[in-house]
Amino acid sequence: MPALAPRNRPWQYQAVPRWVYVVAAAGALFVLVPLVGMVAKVNWGKFIPLITSPSSLDALLLSLKTASASTALCIIFGVPLALVLARAQFPGQRILRALILLPLVVPPVVGGLALLYTFGREGLVGRSLTVLGIDIAFSTTAVVMAQAFVALPFLVLSLEGTLRTAGQKYEAVAATLGARPSTVLRRITVPLVLPGLLSGAVLSFARSLGEFGATLTFAGSLQGVTRTLPLEIYLQRETDPDAAVALSFLLIAVAVVVVALTYRAPQQPARVPEPTEAAAP
Amino acid sequence: MTLEVDATVAGRRLDISLRVGAAETVAVMGPNGAGKSSVVQLLAGLLRPDAGHATLGGRTLFRTGSPGQWLPPHARGVGLLAQEPLLFPHLSVLDNVAFGPRSQGGSRAAAAAAARHWLGAVDALQLAGRKPGQLSGGQAQRVALARSLATEPELLLLDEPMAALDIDTAPFLRSLLKRVLAGRSAVIVTHHVLDALMLADRIIVMDRGRIVEEGPTAAILAHPRSGFAASLAGLNVLTGSLSGTGVVTPDAGLVAGRLAGAFADGAAGGGVAAVGRAQGLGPSYAAPGPGGADGMAAFPPSAVSVFLAPPQGSPRNCFPVTVTELEPLGDHIRVRAGRLAADISPAATAELRLAPGARVFFVVKAAEVAIYPA
Repeated sequence: MPALAPRNRPWQYQAVPRWVYVVAAAGALFVLVPLVGMVAKVNWGKFIPLITSPSSLDALLLSLKTASASTALCIIFGVPLALVLARAQFPGQRILRALILLPLVVPPVVGGLALLYTFGREGLVGRSLTVLGIDIAFSTTAVVMAQAFVALPFLVLSLEGTLRTAGQKYEAVAATLGARPSTVLRRITVPLVLPGLLSGAVLSFARSLGEFGATLTFAGSLQGVTRTLPLEIYLQRETDPDAAVALSFLLIAVAVVVVALTYRAPQQPARVPEPTEAAAP
Repeated sequence: MTLEVDATVAGRRLDISLRVGAAETVAVMGPNGAGKSSVVQLLAGLLRPDAGHATLGGRTLFRTGSPGQWLPPHARGVGLLAQEPLLFPHLSVLDNVAFGPRSQGGSRAAAAAAARHWLGAVDALQLAGRKPGQLSGGQAQRVALARSLATEPELLLLDEPMAALDIDTAPFLRSLLKRVLAGRSAVIVTHHVLDALMLADRIIVMDRGRIVEEGPTAAILAHPRSGFAASLAGLNVLTGSLSGTGVVTPDAGLVAGRLAGAFADGAAGGGVAAVGRAQGLGPSYAAPGPGGADGMAAFPPSAVSVFLAPPQGSPRNCFPVTVTELEPLGDHIRVRAGRLAADISPAATAELRLAPGARVFFVVKAAEVAIYPA
């Protein structure tokens, strides 16, 4: 039977020992206290001028634009990837999954270097692109690619899990009702996994927004072109710590707003208690 | 539409050959793991056979070999109603039922009209605007039935459609199925003898991936040849070789009885009376083979008496057994001892101090035992 919604949970017993709450609270504080420490450092008197300086606005705008583009890329390539990983069966599937998730564990600087040696002017693919007059490295395109490179696994991982949980029964029934595979994907699979897709996209966006190492390595730090908010913050930290703190706060605020608006905790769809059968036999 | 299948699936140890005539409903029964659901999946196109072929109304569903043929599920015209309703949770009841007609290329309006028609046919039109989460189990299964009918399938597959329903809602769906299955080719997998009696023209009994018995419902229940069919009919069955008017069994010796052909309808007494249909027994059981041929002895649990010591005198069959289980059944107690069962009163159970492990004697009169060739 499906899990009951929390509000009509029949049993009140929770198998969580008290000491777990203590450790959990320590964990939460570990994350929250540094945020408070940073907020305490914000120079509120100069906050508005600091975040509205031309270089700050350029960085903010660039960050939002590139993170959105990167999220779009993640959806375009991540959905088919997750589908293939969750549904299809082919040799090398496990290895492919491990490799796709590699950017999660590889340091972003290494990812940036990999991108540079592939798409850079002298790179594996970049050489041919240069001949065609396309130069990727150290452009806004490079920023988007660096972000998508590190953010893609978040979407694939989240969506693959949702697809596996959703199972294939609905899809099989849809097929017996005469729906072609593309119709099943559009009308059944995607709507069913939409919550997982959405939370995966939000995670990807957040990861893109915070991207630093791969961006710096592959795209450099050129104001208005490749210098995103994290790069701007790192730069300002040397010369104007107040500006760095103000921008950090701004970045956190943007992230909090985005996550709060779209991300929901994993939950079971609420099930209405069984109504009584109205029609009599 | 006539369905003909002959297929093997090595991974599931399935090897079947069956035919469903136009407007015929066939019940597939058998113990758990017999491969009943595999048959449904095979026909729906959700499971690929290793060898074999199937045709539905002259169209080839699949054919292995070269060149092989494989019709994907969406092109088969085979409807499926599973144990769970599996209504698409993000679509309204109306859109669920309209999904099939729409997927088959119908216009939005035509699909909605078809959906209303079929919802009406299952008495669920008033639910059209609801979401699946707002339906009871019985309502959801009715809507799922409407959805599978809305595509006008040439063959309808029902995989234990009432297994997940409570006992109050199952009868309504059963009579609904009886109404909509009339004039359709259908295969219904079920555990309930009542489903087979009410809905099916023919029973197929499966065991370990093979068809072990098939025939008209009434005949199978009157003269079960497999242990499973016998348990469906509520009969005790012992197998062995024919000898005179009895059967020599390897474990219970000679079981005396009366040849089933000689008293066709009354043969299986209580079992058939209990399920309410005794007519239609084939004449093929009339003449038992010569001595030594395989035969079966069948008798209802109600004909069995339980004794603590072997009774003397009268020509009875007496089986020393060890009680394995006691369970209430209506107003009496069913005493199980391995493959055999006896129905006795609670008072007798108490008097005999019966409990699992007790060594007792099951006694049945020869006149109550039906003997027939296997």
